[in-house]
Amino acid sequence: MENKPLNISWLFLMAWRDSRKNKARLFLFISSMILGIAALVAIYGIGDNLTKDIDRQAATLIGADLDVRTNKSPDSAARKFTDSLRKQADAYSEEQSFPSMILFMKGGGTRLVQIRALSGNFPFYGDIETTPKSAAKTFRDKHDVLVDKTLMLQYQANVGDSVQIGKVNFRIAGILNQAPGQTGFSSTIAPSVFMPLRYLKATNLAQKGSRINYNFYYKLKPQTDVDAMVTRLTPAFERHDLDQDTIKSKKESTGRSFSDVTKFLSLVGFIALLLGCIGVASAVHIYVKEKMQSIAILRCMGLSSKQAFLIFLIQITIIGFIGAVAGAALGSIIQQVLPIVFKDFLPLELQVTISWKAIGQGILLGVIISILFSLLPLISIRKVSPLNTIRVSDHTESTSKDPWRWFVYLLIFGFITCFARLQLEGWRQTLVFSISLVIGFIVLYGVAAASVWLIRKFFPSSWSYIWRQGLSNLYRPNNQTTILVLSIGLGTTFICTLFFVQSILMDRITLSTSENQPNMVIFDIQSKQRAAITELTKSEGLPLIQEVPIVTMRLQEINGVNAMENKNDSIRKYSNRAYNRELRVTFRDSLTSSERLIEGKWQGQAQDTAHISLEQGYAKSAHLSIGDRLVFNVQGVMVPAIVGSIREVDWNRVQTNFRLVFPKGVIDDAPQFHVLVTRVPNAAASAAFQQKVVSTYPNVSIIDLALILNVLDEILNKIGFVIRFMASFSIITGLIVLISSVLISKYQRMQESVLLRTIGASSLQVFMITALEYFFLGSIAAFTGIVLALIGNWGLAKFSFEVPFSPDWLTVVSIFFSISLLTTLIGVLNSRSALNRPPLEILRKNA
Amino acid sequence: MTEILSVRNLSKTYPAQGKTLSVLNDINFEIQQGSTVSIVGPSGSGKTTLLGLCAGLDRASSGSVVLNGIKLDELNEDERARVRNQHVGFIFQNFQLLPTLTALENVMVPLELRGERNVKASALTLLEKVGLAARGHHYPSQLSGGEQQRVSLARAFSNSPKILFADEPTGNLDTETGQKVEKLLFELNRDAGTTLILVTHDLELASKTNRIIRLKGGAILNDSL
Ligand SMILES: Nc1ncnc2c1ncn2[C@@H]1O[C@H](COP(=O)(O)OP(=O)(O)OP(=O)(O)O)[C@@H](O)[C@H]1O
Ligand SMILES: [Mg+2]
Repeated sequence: MENKPLNISWLFLMAWRDSRKNKARLFLFISSMILGIAALVAIYGIGDNLTKDIDRQAATLIGADLDVRTNKSPDSAARKFTDSLRKQADAYSEEQSFPSMILFMKGGGTRLVQIRALSGNFPFYGDIETTPKSAAKTFRDKHDVLVDKTLMLQYQANVGDSVQIGKVNFRIAGILNQAPGQTGFSSTIAPSVFMPLRYLKATNLAQKGSRINYNFYYKLKPQTDVDAMVTRLTPAFERHDLDQDTIKSKKESTGRSFSDVTKFLSLVGFIALLLGCIGVASAVHIYVKEKMQSIAILRCMGLSSKQAFLIFLIQITIIGFIGAVAGAALGSIIQQVLPIVFKDFLPLELQVTISWKAIGQGILLGVIISILFSLLPLISIRKVSPLNTIRVSDHTESTSKDPWRWFVYLLIFGFITCFARLQLEGWRQTLVFSISLVIGFIVLYGVAAASVWLIRKFFPSSWSYIWRQGLSNLYRPNNQTTILVLSIGLGTTFICTLFFVQSILMDRITLSTSENQPNMVIFDIQSKQRAAITELTKSEGLPLIQEVPIVTMRLQEINGVNAMENKNDSIRKYSNRAYNRELRVTFRDSLTSSERLIEGKWQGQAQDTAHISLEQGYAKSAHLSIGDRLVFNVQGVMVPAIVGSIREVDWNRVQTNFRLVFPKGVIDDAPQFHVLVTRVPNAAASAAFQQKVVSTYPNVSIIDLALILNVLDEILNKIGFVIRFMASFSIITGLIVLISSVLISKYQRMQESVLLRTIGASSLQVFMITALEYFFLGSIAAFTGIVLALIGNWGLAKFSFEVPFSPDWLTVVSIFFSISLLTTLIGVLNSRSALNRPPLEILRKNA
Repeated sequence: MTEILSVRNLSKTYPAQGKTLSVLNDINFEIQQGSTVSIVGPSGSGKTTLLGLCAGLDRASSGSVVLNGIKLDELNEDERARVRNQHVGFIFQNFQLLPTLTALENVMVPLELRGERNVKASALTLLEKVGLAARGHHYPSQLSGGEQQRVSLARAFSNSPKILFADEPTGNLDTETGQKVEKLLFELNRDAGTTLILVTHDLELASKTNRIIRLKGGAILNDSL
């Protein structure tokens, strides 16, 4: 017999014919997918816009072709090297930046700012945007500064006013609106003040020990291959302890940090999409079940199993495509709105344009997903026997033995894993993600099967008829128990997880602001100023919560190996970073309340060689352990020490914490600065106190935590909003899936309710039976979903976030009741047509 | 005359609670091209099962069915589907129209399945023959039972089958409508030479066929040939 042609165009025709009377049903099937696609398209779109903008504005992110940086004062050799680079440059600028206080002469306000002392004409690309526009140029030649716009607002300062930096007065030449690479948030946390470099010396702020960052900006000759040049010079950069950035490296690092954000958000969107997939799968499952009879008839007339499969595959693909297009359209709209939230995090101006790439990705994803998740029910079409026409048989070949089924499972698993891999770092996380998903699926399936079994086995025959009928609906033929428990349960798990993770994140970053917690840190106090400032603090009636000396030093040798030897050693035993880092160290005789010894012995007073204590994270990153012999370079003096103990430090507390602590009696007389921690009762007291300190001791810096907490709060609110916004996609999708699963199962139950009414059941009885059935279903599903979420989030909290897991039980209980009641409500609402209308009408309709 | 259907030692069993339930037991008969045959017997005697096996809807437990020279037992489900499409028409007691297709489209499907194009005209002719040309664009749910059965008749004729199986084609219809359907069936047999095999409880209808096969308990009790 010759092979039958597939007759593709006819299959399309049949797919279309069959869909005509099922539009509403098919819409249900796609509706659950739309929001997930929309979320992803919106995020992809933003990501795409960002990439393009970073590309376009890369040069203005850095402002020069080459930026050479160091955080320690360059020695003469390094100076010589940076000067030598100027030969290849058309233009050159130098910047020294550091935190310092400024004092507004008019209102007397003081505030910690980032001073950026600048020479030359930086930026060479992009602009320092100022009001008036000319100020960006003119301030460089005068005794003028540019002051960040948030500061100007906060202290109600005007152009022309004076500010004091160090001991020197400057005129405000203009308001600083935007500088290269600055984000909205970076300017609220540490607002910038630009000043000409040549007056820095006069301010007396650039002293040894201050934290100054040095930047050397070059605009290279046009034909220079910057990256080749940097590669060539790398050994020199390393020799002189210099870091460098080029337009390309800046572009990459900026792109990377934002791709991390968009990746995280797409994962949240993906969860919404997965939830939608469950909706798709369950809708198609039931749809196909109802089509069995039609398929059997067609088989009777000679339709091959392949053709039957293809007709519905075509139908689903087209509907999936329409859904994906709708989702992509919605996503593009959301994409236009989302940047309002993002704006302040971005170092550049975001131009929101329709991203065809994102739309393409979204549509492709939608189509793949609708096919993939429909395949399971669709492959059973191949097994529909024509015998069903003469007898609705339940002996359709069991599909669990179908090898294709396992192939589809594998495809789905593969797809989820690959997609998750695109959003997550590394295969381990990815596998944990997709395997937990599989486990969740199996558990829910198991619970559904087990509940059915248990209800059958221990059926409460003594209950009243209505309860019995409602309960037995869970296991009678055509029941929806498995599919509803799966979809509602998994939906509940996702929703719960989102709530939990959100609260873990929020708890984690909320700093304690309770009574008697310190809220002001005064630092950079010189030894000779210490007594006076302590006195001033006390005389203002403020508590001296902490007073700590700080000595800056570098690590010279580890177990006899110095930086050079370590670098040249083929197996670098210690991290290069450990040597290069400038360390801020304190000395004291006891542990503080935020510290806990986890290894070794604490030494309070040095005997001969100092036994120092390391913070555990630092010890780990520098590869140091108990007994290691170290030599420190304390501003020219070599000080030997032995690692005596390792401490755990609670960094979340507001107080000064240190990676390295020396015992007393070793570096007590080394050049040092002091930090003083106190608590001011309110903003007015804070302002008055700051002003007093700064007017007498202009080199001293003050952090007002209340101010920082406000900014943090603002950031958290924005982050929280983004998280909630994304989560809402999942939650709404979950609701749609819930509605569509229940709506779909209604087609199955409707006939029965009508028959019940025909044989004389009252509307109330039918109502109660339906309500009870859905309540049982909803509560089994919600319960299982919540238990799964609790287990999953306990794991997340313990292993991923490393915080104790304390779920908010009120939320848990309310989620349980919301889901159960919602299921019941939707179930009942959907069946009301069976209650209100005369039975005959419905019997006829379903014939 | 040639043999269109030959049934040899045909048996069908179903597994039932550990034991096997024998539904058809060693059935043998031949049917000549162009004849009319009715299968009668009490409820549960295996009539529908037998018909299903002859039309290739199901596989026998043992024995063979040869339809138009093709051994059905050796074919897989898709090959049998092709045989059904080429040679067999089927009419069901409960009509079995496709609910999502109009009457006209229902009639067109078997032709379209063969890969034929422009089948609308011939389908309309068939609908006209059963007196429903005006209802072509109606869906099955908009037609009465009798009308639905006539559409299913038109559909069964549409691929000009060599043999037509009808399982109680008039069982769900009133006498008058039933007779209309009967008339159409016999006309087809006369005009196109289609072999007619029908299952019926209606002895009057049975008496109009050339041959009556009586089934009881899954075995042939009596064959009027
Ligand atoms: N899938 C099955 N599993 C078990 N037994 C079956 C199955 N299908 C049919 N039977 C049994 O086979 C016997 C014959 O059924 P069949 O439908 O052929 O009877 P029938 O002669 O058409 O009856 P009726 O006149 O009532 O339609 C019946 O006893 C029936 O219970
Ligand atoms: Mg029968």
